[in-house]
Amino acid sequence: MIADIALALPEIFLAVAAMVLLVFGVYAGEKSTRFVATAAIVALAAAIVLVLGRQAATGFGGMFVVDAFGSFAKILILVGTGLAIAMSLGYLRDQGIERFEFPVLLMLSTIGMMIMVSAGDLIALYLGLELQSLAIYVCAAFKRDSTRSTEAGLKYFVLGALSSGMLLYGASLVYGFAGTTSFAGLAQVLQGGGTPIGVLVGLVFIAAGIAFKCSAAPFHMWTPDVYEGAPTPVTSFMAAAPKVAAIALFMRVFLVPFGGMVEEWRQIIVVIAVLSMVLGAFAAIGQSNIKRLMAYSSIGHVGYALIGLAAANQEGVRGVLIYLAIYLAMNVGTFGVILCMRRATGYSEEISDLAGLARTRPGLAAAMAVFMFSLAGVPPLAGFFGKFYVFMAAVNAGLYVLAVIGVVTSVVGAYYYLRIVKLMYFDAPAEPFAANTDRGVGVVTVAAGLFTLFFFVYPAPIVAGAQIAARALLP
Amino acid sequence: MTWPLLSTVTFLPLVGVLFILLFIREDSELAKRNIRMVALWTTIITFAVSLLIWKDFDPRTADFQFVERGEWIGAGIAYHMGVDGISMFFVLLTTFLMPICILASWDAIETRVKEYMIAFLAMETLMIGVFCALDVVLFYLFFEAGLIPMFLIIGVWGGQRRIYATFKFFLYTLLGSVLMLLAILALYLKAGTTDIPTLIQLAGEGKLYAADVQKWLWLAFFASFAVKVPMWPVHTWLPDAHVEAPTAGSVILAGVLLKMGGYGFLRFSIPMFPEASAYFTPLVFALSVVAVIYTSLVALMQEDMKKLIAYSSVAHMGFVTIGIFTFTAAGLQGGILQMLSHGIVSGALFLCVGVVYDRLHTREIARYGGLVKNMPKYAFVFMVFTMATIGLPGTSGFVGEFLILLGAFKVSTWVAALACTGIILGAAYSLWLYRRVVFGTLTRDELKKMVDLSPREIAIFAPLLLVVFWMGVWPDPFLKVMQVSVDNLIEQHLAALETAKKLAGM
Repeated sequence: MIADIALALPEIFLAVAAMVLLVFGVYAGEKSTRFVATAAIVALAAAIVLVLGRQAATGFGGMFVVDAFGSFAKILILVGTGLAIAMSLGYLRDQGIERFEFPVLLMLSTIGMMIMVSAGDLIALYLGLELQSLAIYVCAAFKRDSTRSTEAGLKYFVLGALSSGMLLYGASLVYGFAGTTSFAGLAQVLQGGGTPIGVLVGLVFIAAGIAFKCSAAPFHMWTPDVYEGAPTPVTSFMAAAPKVAAIALFMRVFLVPFGGMVEEWRQIIVVIAVLSMVLGAFAAIGQSNIKRLMAYSSIGHVGYALIGLAAANQEGVRGVLIYLAIYLAMNVGTFGVILCMRRATGYSEEISDLAGLARTRPGLAAAMAVFMFSLAGVPPLAGFFGKFYVFMAAVNAGLYVLAVIGVVTSVVGAYYYLRIVKLMYFDAPAEPFAANTDRGVGVVTVAAGLFTLFFFVYPAPIVAGAQIAARALLP
Repeated sequence: MTWPLLSTVTFLPLVGVLFILLFIREDSELAKRNIRMVALWTTIITFAVSLLIWKDFDPRTADFQFVERGEWIGAGIAYHMGVDGISMFFVLLTTFLMPICILASWDAIETRVKEYMIAFLAMETLMIGVFCALDVVLFYLFFEAGLIPMFLIIGVWGGQRRIYATFKFFLYTLLGSVLMLLAILALYLKAGTTDIPTLIQLAGEGKLYAADVQKWLWLAFFASFAVKVPMWPVHTWLPDAHVEAPTAGSVILAGVLLKMGGYGFLRFSIPMFPEASAYFTPLVFALSVVAVIYTSLVALMQEDMKKLIAYSSVAHMGFVTIGIFTFTAAGLQGGILQMLSHGIVSGALFLCVGVVYDRLHTREIARYGGLVKNMPKYAFVFMVFTMATIGLPGTSGFVGEFLILLGAFKVSTWVAALACTGIILGAAYSLWLYRRVVFGTLTRDELKKMVDLSPREIAIFAPLLLVVFWMGVWPDPFLKVMQVSVDNLIEQHLAALETAKKLAGM
């Protein structure tokens, strides 16, 4: 029992910290938001230290798995949440929704994500997923006086509940035909081939449920609306950490318990990946709202990450993890720039308002250009290395057609990223933005920009870390 | 440990960038002047340092020299630099053209000088890196990263249709390159390393890929290099990009960027896929001959000076690809020499256009005429470069074209004969352009007011003139350096074909 608790120490610590901060906030009132947020960031940082201290083991009767793969994903999730909280305060204050519940909700969601990536059982998986989702539903509707925000929250909730239902239905089918919900048990049952058809059908439902959570096409419909409607800090959070968690979960579920059925499920993942990449590339072209554009961009990027899953080998897992780490940085940075799009009249989300930014705010424009070129996958920026490693896995697995579709859609995608660079650098200036006064946004954006720009100088630590994590999942 | 000369040359321009970023902040006229001075001195010093490469280069060996190795990504992907007789002159070509580009932009660029100079200096680092990299991933990094500054240079400081041109340039090149990336990954997965000398050696021993896979990989590399060269029919980005780019941008495009395609064939396609290269030779010949004749005809009909020179570039690069794929010593040396000569001559022609464009702000040929009366120095300079582009003996253009045709005759009389018609057409459009701009009667008032070359412009053209005559009259120093490397390349190629035949026979 003690060993089990020690295994889940980071999660337990975060949960306790979230409760303490919640109680503190209730007594201290709205003024305490800044303190609660700072304390939350400290708690997340402490959780990273705790995660690093865990030894690989299984606990709670196989429900909870700690390994290098989970730890890598957890660190990304914790970093992503911490950066999102750091960037949120200025916006929340300007919008009059500076409430202490916000950091607490993000912490609770983070605990859910950490359970997701450590799940060793379909039940644990579901518990984590729901905790993660419920907290984000609330966050999406956080600006409750705004119809757009409440619409986003409601839409996300209804569709999310539907997908959770599908996932549960799939899990029950798998349980019915295989007789167990534990990943280790499933792996044993499904080892020899001759998969019962019920398990296969269940697997399809599980795939649909998780694909919804990471907004892969054709389960992406909610993404543009929710991204647009939710308050920008919430969007910046949703686009980063939960994606990492959902894709990591995707990999654990498909490669561990259903690893023996690769030939059966690979076609599903290939189709999802191709649809996501194509949709992400083409649908983004016509967007005029930057948050919608980022929504389609994120759909496309999930497609690229899933290429690594389709490869279903160690290189693939490594590639996806590297991709996620880099994607996290690019995405947080881009939203940092979006949070700087502020005039005296309020926040702007129109892409056309970026016109001539290179002349009015050269530093901000340079940062945005770095993120756009990186999202487009142009070397030497970090985004290139993400693509490099997932495509390497695809070529290694013999998925040549998938790789070619991937690189061609990345060229199509480059068009709309370039369009933003064009607006900022080639067009006549629009009305300039107000100077950024929020230190959090500034620090996070600069840090993300430097990471993206100089990743190529010393990529070895992240590549090596991802290698270790991949070996832990697929020995 | 010896001094890492190649890295110094490669990254020296970034020191200038850092200097501009850190020390020059305001936007006054004085600051602009300082930025120009910093950029000029950075490029001049880089050129001076790069001359040391030539000085210490040993032309007796085909091995890579000035080799530097360093840890980078790991797992067979390393920081590996070096030059041989094939790549050495491209480095010098780049460093030689850069100060000229900075000087040519001195008065022409008045807005956003800081960004402009930063983009050019960054571009220089990336271009030198392409020719020095001895690791495929490192090469790809430099090769692709060059798109970013060029995209900005055309898009910000270009002409009327700059946005269309720069998007076309970027997306065309990117599409070709990503296919090459997949082929690079395939090479890496097979060999376990991206080290270029190792890959070449493995390919020579027939240990890399069999002929059927080679063909696919060759095509993937071809997609990238053919766009870059550019070969017909994927050349259409070039006239747009050239016309819209600022003068110095055109010089860099024609002078260096196009050469990356030819260099790619020499460094990757031929040594790494010997059988596929032999198999696709007729295709390359066909496309090159079409390029030589068709684009020459198109050039004849152009109304825009820059567009005419852009099409002539496609035709000249067609010669280069013919020369490279003859697999003869004469053809390959001619191809390389032609690339160097074209880099200087076409760059100089764009500068000639820039001179009159700066004065009249139009590139329409019909608006000019009779310039010889009030601009005699300009008429002389323009004439020399026109003769060089035609390939008159005594100029740099002659040696390259002659050697290429010599090589081509050995392989196929038809190819050589058709290429010769290209030379005649080349003479036609070049001389006609010269006649329409420089001769004729001087009628327009605005033309009468145009002044002859300024001292700054003479300083730009003098080194170019010198090199054009030097390469034309005494090409031996150039040929001597590349000879051993070229012979080695051909030997390797033939040996690899032999090995493949033996393996197939077994």
